[in-house]
Amino acid sequence: MSINQFDPGLPYRCSPSVALRPEPFGALVYHFGTRKLSFLKTPELLQVVSGLADHPDVHAAVEAAGVAEAQRPAYLRALAGLAASGTIEERV
Amino acid sequence: MKLVDHFQYGLNSPICLTWELTYACNLACVHCLSSSGRRDPRELTTEEAKGVVDELQKMQVFYVNIGGGEPTVRPDFWELLDYAVSHDVGVKFSTNGIKIDEKRAAQLAASDYVDVQISLDGATAEVNDQVRGPGSYDTAVRALANLADAGFGQPKISVVMTRQNVDQLDDFKAIADRFGAQLRITRLRPSGRGADVWDELHPTAAQQRQLYDWLVAHGDNVLTGDSFFHLSAYGEALPGLNLCGAGRVVCLIDPVGDVYACPFAIHDNFLAGNVRSPGGFEQVWRGSELFAQLRQPQTGGACRSCGFYDSCQGGCMAAKFFTGLPLDGPDPECVRGFGEQALAARDGSTTIPRSDVDHSRSAPRNSRGPVPLTLGRRPDKACETSPLAGLADDGSDSRLRVAVGGS
Repeated sequence: MSINQFDPGLPYRCSPSVALRPEPFGALVYHFGTRKLSFLKTPELLQVVSGLADHPDVHAAVEAAGVAEAQRPAYLRALAGLAASGTIEERV
Repeated sequence: MKLVDHFQYGLNSPICLTWELTYACNLACVHCLSSSGRRDPRELTTEEAKGVVDELQKMQVFYVNIGGGEPTVRPDFWELLDYAVSHDVGVKFSTNGIKIDEKRAAQLAASDYVDVQISLDGATAEVNDQVRGPGSYDTAVRALANLADAGFGQPKISVVMTRQNVDQLDDFKAIADRFGAQLRITRLRPSGRGADVWDELHPTAAQQRQLYDWLVAHGDNVLTGDSFFHLSAYGEALPGLNLCGAGRVVCLIDPVGDVYACPFAIHDNFLAGNVRSPGGFEQVWRGSELFAQLRQPQTGGACRSCGFYDSCQGGCMAAKFFTGLPLDGPDPECVRGFGEQALAARDGSTTIPRSDVDHSRSAPRNSRGPVPLTLGRRPDKACETSPLAGLADDGSDSRLRVAVGGS
């Protein structure tokens, strides 16, 4: 897990220790390492997180998921939180 | 829509699944929610149990709360534990500690994805053993010591709150701290043998307030599942799931494969199906009519006009059912006292339902009447289970205040 500051200009991925379960509201996130359960609260956020590995940086993944311009700062804040909890991590 | 509102309508798979592996138990707790004691000959076989794990893996049920009975007395318990964790189904199991010797403690310390929860219903042997049986306090403490010595990271100590132990909350916390454990407290329900002792053991109104105040002060480090949402009507929402999760995010698989809406609702009225039937557990969870009903919005019934309905949601379905109160009325422990009034208004014509499922060793199956309890004469068992657990904090949602890092 990266301990660096979250930087949406860098490539990220969903942690291999994490499983995502799609639900009507978005997804349930389970981290098998920390045994913590959390939530992705929109289907778009699930799409962003699942798509991270396929994009050169976080911005591209957010764009590809069709997140409206006005919503992007909120999504980046949510993603920073997911990075802090180890749900997503920098791809090297 | 807030997360908790989504929960109301049910999820693709449960978040919090309790799986009782056996009705057999070395103890005979007076308040056992599943009336455990004797093994049921129809118990799921090892192969059938592994089939259930396969289904849970497919449904992405990331962890289960295993209980009983005393699950560790099943000869294949450790095999099933290994099978589950190697199939991405983490396990938290509840035990009275009987099998947690030094060797098992070391084995558990070495395994990932396993959580252990030791049941303790008194911070002293005197209080605990009255409910759980002679020697059970020592057994639990020995198990905790073995786990601590083996370096097992943070087991849980699970306490059912009773009239006798509300005053011991600080002492329970001290015991948890001493063993590097996390405290979990749950509500006494009138389920199983709990129905026989509920009048005598459930906390008084003053104690409920005491418990609420204690949780407000200390609750962020204490797990409660969805036990105490009925206390939210005192004021602020407590940590935990402030919603009845039955059939929505919670359910029970019992030792013979029957699926009930919640661990406290072992009764035909709340039986959704059996994992042995075609389609297995998935079909029951997604297709049962009972669960579809439970996922309808609640109307509130007699509680609708109460200003606190939004916070307490009418309380616990099982607590109402097994005290003979209507499901759309107040919880028997309604903090505004409406439950007490409803209990007092019961008369000879009120039917108090009892479960047909009874594996108590102390009485022939299905033939038990109410047992007047004299505390101190019965041994015990470890059978409370865990409702919702380990949700990440969501400060935006007053009905979903959950301590990060619990389970």
